[in-house]
Amino acid sequence: MSFTRAAGEPAFRSRSRLRRVVVEVASVMLVVALLIWSLTPVYNMLLIALDPDEGDIEFEGLIWPADPSLHSFHTVLTQGYWLLEDFWRQFGNSIFIGLMTTFLTVVIGSLASFAFGRMRVINGWLVNAPLLTYAVPASFLVIPFYRLMANYGLSNSLWAIVAANVTFAAPYAILILQQYAKLIPKELDEAAQIDGAGPWQIYRRLYLPLTAPALAAVGTFALLFAWNEYIYQYILLTSERKMTVAVAIAQFFDADEAPWNYMMATAIVYGLPPVAIFFALRRWMLAGLTLGGVRS
Amino acid sequence: MASAPSLYRELAANPLYRRTVVNTAVYVGLGVNVQMFLALLLSGFFMRRRWWIKALLPVFMLPWALPAIPAFVSFHWMLIGEEGFVNSVLSTLFGIQGPLWFNDRGLALGSNIVANIWKWLPFWTLTFFAARTAIPQEIYEAADVDGAGGCRRFAHVIFPLLGNLYLVCTLLSTLWTIGDFTTVSLVSEGAPAYSTDVLATLGLHYAYDAAQPAIGVATVMSALPVLIPLVILLMRVVRTREVQL
Repeated sequence: MSFTRAAGEPAFRSRSRLRRVVVEVASVMLVVALLIWSLTPVYNMLLIALDPDEGDIEFEGLIWPADPSLHSFHTVLTQGYWLLEDFWRQFGNSIFIGLMTTFLTVVIGSLASFAFGRMRVINGWLVNAPLLTYAVPASFLVIPFYRLMANYGLSNSLWAIVAANVTFAAPYAILILQQYAKLIPKELDEAAQIDGAGPWQIYRRLYLPLTAPALAAVGTFALLFAWNEYIYQYILLTSERKMTVAVAIAQFFDADEAPWNYMMATAIVYGLPPVAIFFALRRWMLAGLTLGGVRS
Repeated sequence: MASAPSLYRELAANPLYRRTVVNTAVYVGLGVNVQMFLALLLSGFFMRRRWWIKALLPVFMLPWALPAIPAFVSFHWMLIGEEGFVNSVLSTLFGIQGPLWFNDRGLALGSNIVANIWKWLPFWTLTFFAARTAIPQEIYEAADVDGAGGCRRFAHVIFPLLGNLYLVCTLLSTLWTIGDFTTVSLVSEGAPAYSTDVLATLGLHYAYDAAQPAIGVATVMSALPVLIPLVILLMRVVRTREVQL
């Protein structure tokens, strides 16, 4: 018995070591594959943006820039091209829409989730009624929304875009916040109530600080939602002054001459703020996104 | 705006509309399920304790943080013609002549699906990853003691715990993807010849390019018989989880 064990053990050990090596090599390969997967379109953007020439030149079958230049970024930042002459104001409009969408989504989401989850304003399956918004996707409602906003005198107003964004970001925000808030023991509310705190105080002193990670997650979601959205901006914002960067990028398609390197440089500059904010908030986000799914 | 039954009869008789319905079903069915399953698997990969896997996570999240318009425009140019980036790489590094991606309906539809997965995979991976980190460590240890490693742990421990969340995310993603306009309108632009349009892009095409808003709205509204049951199911699934807890 002991003889067979002595003979069997090294073989078993080397097999398990082999297994570990295989797993490790597979992991490295997966990491490389995911890097290529994630970065290829980004690299392609840089490739086009770094092209020094003006005009319609980009498809030369190159896989690295032959003569990289930051000329197009310089042009974008100094508004040195007719399609870009309002770049900074458009950027300001985009930021306004992004920040307002984030702020209102967080406020509405947090108040609604508090009312539904803690104050028990309504019970039963209606608690999830905000999700009904998703029965008709945003892009399906552009045309009716356009008419509605015209009736309100809000066509060609940044607030119309904010309203649309908040409408479609808030249900998800409420869902996440409701799930997250289930982690906060009800006893805390009861203790505060005994100490004489009203709902408003419980909300401000207890609910808001304790749901902070979920608020960060929801805020990032709303900001990225606003930054991704383009069909509403394209259809509702018609005047030069109200235009956003997203619409400006789309305008390059309609122009006769197409300086794609300028467009890509614009797109990259436009992409920087959400990327920066995402990286700043990602640890908070991770804690907040749990959706409450697995706690037992 | 689109309540006249004649509009829907007209649509049902239109071969372009029928093909668009098929496209939408393929786009949503394949896109959503592939990305959800990959997200679930990848979220487990990111749980591994290696610094280089941890370092990959923020890079992997980049597609989600990047705005959709530039990303999809980049996809479009990566694939267009013989000198797009993908075909250039294929011919320079491997000597393969790449196909014309947007000249073939299958390839163009596939490009849209891949672009959609690229954009949204990180978001769902992060959601599952966050859920996995919330699984108490003792459960893993208990599974370990019982000798359940790898696949068996996934099948008997993690999937039952995440199953409900998986369903919620799949439903949410399905609802959002049915309404997805940006991907198709920027990546394949419906090419070749409107054969890869989905309901959202075809509806807006009718409403704006063809100046027929009523039929445009009818096109998108025809998805309601699918959307409404999905939403009701979603509301119920979210609710039952509350009961389970």
